[in-house]
Amino acid sequence: MIIEALIGGVLIGIAVSFLLLFNGKVLGVSGIISDLINKPIHNNYWRLFFVIGLLISPFIYNLYKPMPVPTTTTNNLMIIVGGLLVGLGSRYASGCTSGHGVCGIARLSIRSMIATITFISFGALTVFLMQRVFV
Amino acid sequence: MSSLIALFAGIVFGLGLIVSQMTNPSKIIGFLTVGKHWDPSLVFVMISAIFVSYFAFAYAKRRRASFFNLDFEIPKRTEIDKQLIIGSALFGIGWGIVGYCPAPAITALFFGNPQTLLFVGAMLIGMYLFRVINK
Repeated sequence: MIIEALIGGVLIGIAVSFLLLFNGKVLGVSGIISDLINKPIHNNYWRLFFVIGLLISPFIYNLYKPMPVPTTTTNNLMIIVGGLLVGLGSRYASGCTSGHGVCGIARLSIRSMIATITFISFGALTVFLMQRVFV
Repeated sequence: MSSLIALFAGIVFGLGLIVSQMTNPSKIIGFLTVGKHWDPSLVFVMISAIFVSYFAFAYAKRRRASFFNLDFEIPKRTEIDKQLIIGSALFGIGWGIVGYCPAPAITALFFGNPQTLLFVGAMLIGMYLFRVINK
């Protein structure tokens, strides 16, 4: 489990490094997606290609072995609420797990460290409340 | 060429998420669960991702431009304001409710699970709402 986590992290780090050192861009997925839907496609092609890469990665993984099936644990209403909050919140914060949590901390940004601590804390609090209070 | 790098980065990033099982919401919920059932995987993913990325950002700092001679677009903001904290808190709540952040949700679309589709749809609406509210 730890080995897979470490290997996964190295792959994420390699992706960040390539996008930065070749293209000069910071790999922040919420920013990439929101620019893709909100800005004209002109000068936006790299974002489209990045998202296509994300979408085809499971096909490539499946050539090696079947990808573990994701399991969601909540009802449709909560899925919608969660999705809206993730979309809106990541834009207000100008970043999510990749932009703040990986890239921001890697460039030693205090702003990103504070963002990361905040979303992990609120995430943990939410899970606690959902498990203890609502169930 | 920069589109090809973006495609490569998307694929490698996606593979990193799959290998470390970050595409599985129950792994994220496990990480956000305080107590003896805590799943530390995400910590190891972040440690190795940040470790690799750190060297890329440190190297980028010493260069004038990227390998493709493109300007580095690295965030310069340092302020810790209300927007950052509230945004991160909202993001964390949504992340805790479902267990998806933007990249894993896009990657997990592969399975065609209706709840993943619902989440991505709501997330895109959330990002769009941010633009509408902040016009």
